[in-house]
Amino acid sequence: MGGHSNWPEWIYIGVVVALMCWVGAEAWEAERLVEHVPEGAETIIVTGQQWFWTFEHEDGTKEIGELHVEVGKAYKLEIHSKDVNHSFNIHDYVVLMDAIPGRVNTVWFAPTDAGEHDIQCREYCGLIHYNMRGKLIVEDPTA
Amino acid sequence: MVLELQKPRPIWQIMFSTHHTDVGLLYLISSLAFLFLGGTLALAIRAELFLPGAQIIGDAMTFNRIFTVHGTTLIFLFIIPFASAVGNYYVPIMVRYKDMAYPKLNAIAFWMIPPAGALIWLGFADFTWYATPPYSIISAPGPAADMWIFGLKILGISSVLGAINFIVTILKCKHPDMSIGQVPLLAWSFLSSSLIILVAIPTFAAALLMLLTDRLGVSGFFNPAMGGDPIAYAHLFWFTFHPEVYVLVIPAIGMMYEIIPRFSRKPIYSYNSGVFAFVLLSIVGFSSWAHHMYATGMSFTEKTVFMVGTLAAVPASAMHVFNFVATMWNGRIKFSTPMMWAVGGIALFFSAGAGGVANAAMPLDFTTHDTYWVVGHFHLFVMGTIAFGSIGFLYYMFPYVTGRMYNETMGKIHFVMSFVGTVLVFFTQHVLGLYGMPRRIFDYPPIPEWIAMNQIATVGAMVIGVSMAIFLANMIYSSGKGQLANTEDPFGVGGKYYYPFEAKNPSH
Repeated sequence: MGGHSNWPEWIYIGVVVALMCWVGAEAWEAERLVEHVPEGAETIIVTGQQWFWTFEHEDGTKEIGELHVEVGKAYKLEIHSKDVNHSFNIHDYVVLMDAIPGRVNTVWFAPTDAGEHDIQCREYCGLIHYNMRGKLIVEDPTA
Repeated sequence: MVLELQKPRPIWQIMFSTHHTDVGLLYLISSLAFLFLGGTLALAIRAELFLPGAQIIGDAMTFNRIFTVHGTTLIFLFIIPFASAVGNYYVPIMVRYKDMAYPKLNAIAFWMIPPAGALIWLGFADFTWYATPPYSIISAPGPAADMWIFGLKILGISSVLGAINFIVTILKCKHPDMSIGQVPLLAWSFLSSSLIILVAIPTFAAALLMLLTDRLGVSGFFNPAMGGDPIAYAHLFWFTFHPEVYVLVIPAIGMMYEIIPRFSRKPIYSYNSGVFAFVLLSIVGFSSWAHHMYATGMSFTEKTVFMVGTLAAVPASAMHVFNFVATMWNGRIKFSTPMMWAVGGIALFFSAGAGGVANAAMPLDFTTHDTYWVVGHFHLFVMGTIAFGSIGFLYYMFPYVTGRMYNETMGKIHFVMSFVGTVLVFFTQHVLGLYGMPRRIFDYPPIPEWIAMNQIATVGAMVIGVSMAIFLANMIYSSGKGQLANTEDPFGVGGKYYYPFEAKNPSH
């Protein structure tokens, strides 16, 4: 060392550490809110298998490849897998949860507007992984 | 070793040699061969994704095999052997010892790479470089997957042997007059990355054995049908391969530490903070493995712990960037080809690091995880930092190895095209990820944004491909017919090459 001051480096490191603390705190706070499943959320059982998604509503209705939900309701998704790892993803609602055989993972979301969104598998699961897609159809019962 | 091509020796003398520069040369040649093989697969992938629908590859299985072998090749058969090549050349010289500590072990470690590479390439497995169970247990086709497992097994042993050799050479064989605080930063980078290898690789070695016995049906560690848990594999895998990214990046940073002070004509701003950052990075590298697994259903507490661990790596990386910039500050910089690569590498290192913060923050990760954002992010590290540092250092050591000078203009064209190409491909892939395109897909629906982004990325990849062809031509032509280099000071930056270019007698 010597010949120059080390203060710029200390200040710089301090700024970086502070920035990381801020990012971490914000992320922690956001995640805490996102993890909290609202009371009265309707449960939908989602099953992934090579290479399609199956959905089972609370009233026993089953759907393949398409999921019909209503605006304004909260849904709790229980994600299962029958064979290999998949990942259930509705990109537009930032819903992402792996489907792991032998485990049940949960994630929730509440659609806000009527419309159609893509459901896709985001974890490599073999030959037709690229086409393991589905449709989320959000309906407005009042309309 | 110097002037190798002016006084040619028969090839078998180099192949059966145990001298550190000869082994380094073998490592160098094989890693560059795999760079071009793996790069060709990358171009095939990009060409396939230029438009939705099948283009040149034709079927999904071949595509899946191609991206698996592409990743395995470039990580295990290009980057790691390239670092070993540089380490073998320079570490003994830097610590002023006559050879590596165990020369025969060194040669053995190298000669494990060709059979391992052959297993990986001939198998052409399709289960991605994660080999995630249960797919890799119950669905991945027969011998291909087993050959991949054996190939990786051999490579793991090879890199552990190499790591032991580096650690002993640096700690035990350095010149008695040289304290550990005087060892050049490049040697420090090899010391830290070798220590990571020693801790991390055995974990994956165990996971591979368990995977193999699972595939044989005699155990069920990761097979849920037999009571196992696939997540256990993910933990073992990432406990090895998150630190492994630091194994890849630390030597490249070390190479930049050689180039930047040399071409700035200034001593490094802070040797101590460089050492500290290397050591810190190799420790915190182990605290962040599970940020790859936020979406596997981890608890909130686990996620928080690993987010903190991941963010802790940022200040350590930032110290290196600061050191580089502070070294260049007020320096009389000469932008020869190696310096251009190093500076470009720092710029891309910074942007890749900034993007990485988004992957570490839990809620943002759910947008980006397993999309092209991740592909763009780690390729920006691997190509933009590691390959840029490595290629810059290759130009830097070229006069040293061959006694001739490469063509400077072609070197600069190579840099500019690669830089532009890298930005086009990998920045675009970040955006593509935000649009929601999953990674590892053979075909995609015709969404206009996706098509446009994929086309930009493919064009960028082709630009890199052309620049690599220029690079290859330059290397081959210049090593035989290039101008004789002034071995005292080939780059005209004043003073001698930092290391005595009168290397030892190859047949010691």
